Amino acid sequence: MPSQYVIHLAVMILFFAYLGAAWNILGGYAGQFSFGHAAFFGLGAYTSTLLHIHYGVSPWIGMALGGLAGVLLGLGSGFLSFRYGLRGPYFALVMLAFAEMLRLLFETWMSRSYPLGLPIPLKGTSLLDFQFRDKGHYFYIILVMLIAVTWLCHRLARSRVGAYWMAIRDNEEAAQALGIDAFAYKLLAMAISAFLTALGGTFYAQYFLTLEVNELFGVQISVEILLSAIIGGAGTVFGPLVGAVALQLLSEVTRVYVRAFSGFDLMVYGGVLILVIIFLPQGLLEGMRRPYRAMARALST
Amino acid sequence: MSLSIEEGEIVSVVGANGAGKTTLLKAIAGLVRPTGGAVELRGERLDRLPTHRIVERGVVRVPEGRRIFPEMTVRENLELGATPPQARRKRPESLSRVWDLFPILRERARQLAGTLSGGEQQMLAIGRGLMSLPTLLMLDEPSLGLAPMVVKEIFQTIRRINADGVTILLVEQDVMHSLGMSHRGYVLENGSIVLAGGGPELLANQHIRTAYLGI
Repeated sequence: MPSQYVIHLAVMILFFAYLGAAWNILGGYAGQFSFGHAAFFGLGAYTSTLLHIHYGVSPWIGMALGGLAGVLLGLGSGFLSFRYGLRGPYFALVMLAFAEMLRLLFETWMSRSYPLGLPIPLKGTSLLDFQFRDKGHYFYIILVMLIAVTWLCHRLARSRVGAYWMAIRDNEEAAQALGIDAFAYKLLAMAISAFLTALGGTFYAQYFLTLEVNELFGVQISVEILLSAIIGGAGTVFGPLVGAVALQLLSEVTRVYVRAFSGFDLMVYGGVLILVIIFLPQGLLEGMRRPYRAMARALST
Repeated sequence: MSLSIEEGEIVSVVGANGAGKTTLLKAIAGLVRPTGGAVELRGERLDRLPTHRIVERGVVRVPEGRRIFPEMTVRENLELGATPPQARRKRPESLSRVWDLFPILRERARQLAGTLSGGEQQMLAIGRGLMSLPTLLMLDEPSLGLAPMVVKEIFQTIRRINADGVTILLVEQDVMHSLGMSHRGYVLENGSIVLAGGGPELLANQHIRTAYLGI
């Protein structure tokens, strides 16, 4: 029986792999780099939690409704940014602005009723209420969610839609010249990515059982979501998983073992990130494949 | 500026850098919206349609500088060209038509498009355009950066495509070659048409000979 600490670490790895994979659909495959996925994440968490507390809606149903709220927000923000041709850094910043808007909105709203954060009433272990005393249950839930999203990415990457996304990512003008409705396909990527990210928000809420506005809508979570995808390899099926394993372990190791002075662990963490981005801009997955390919080439000649 | 293209023609628009040739094609394709005037196809207004609807009507642009997808294989690039619904149904036929026109692409079908030579990439870009089943194929500077031998080959293929019933609108800086093989031509200077006429006829024009051919 592994300790609760090990299970917690495993849950966090799978959780960020899941969020990275959700981001990857929009950012990696369709090439629209969002810097504000916290908006969908927080919206999902608050939708299911508020429905649960005030109307007794099961968090499972709340999760689906939160996903739909995410889709609506994704379509709205996507419509506004894509309609006016925002690309690259401009799109990234607009998404950041949407997340910040929601953060301020919820902060104002929540600080009246829940100044110390929004607690989810404890019921012990109850499948219906999506609550478990033993972290192991959460592990299996997030594992299933990760497998589902990975399978979806695998299917999408090989589908017509996936090919259109990659064409839009590689050269939007050429994609349009072929008759691909870039606007519609970018919105589709946005909707799927937002939906999945919002589901992740509900999982977070049920796992930690307390919601704090700045943690759910903050820049920190937006960055953490996209980092697993980018570090692992954006636009690859397993990149987010590889990235999440590397990042969570790195973060744990620096936190536990690097203790020269306060904040030193974060400096080491940041330094390693910079090195990865400089030397493996395609991500760790590509970095792992490189020696393998070199070997295959050496063997074939 | 006013220009018309009849079915089955090859029409060239020639002019120097910055004369507005590429903008003209983009306006027809719906990538830039004209501030005034109209683009019509067989009496139907195109200038209010989104780009993908214009492609569905058979008006297909092969962009300047080829713009192939370098990380995809030659075959995937071509298959992506068959995007409009009616083109998707005819994909196998279109593919064998492209293989016929460009046998070299068939040889390289499984290769990454980014590894092709400049001439092959241009062939791929044209082939990809053909996969959308165009009735009007608009080519933006197909000779750009290519060796004279390759340019000749590309222009021969354009003629063959035209002989198969595809109307061609060709935008070129290579005045000699493009006017030489066109039914009609337009000369563009600073955004307006300064000369129009039959292709070979324009080649004999004194203004063209001094300004563009230097003879």
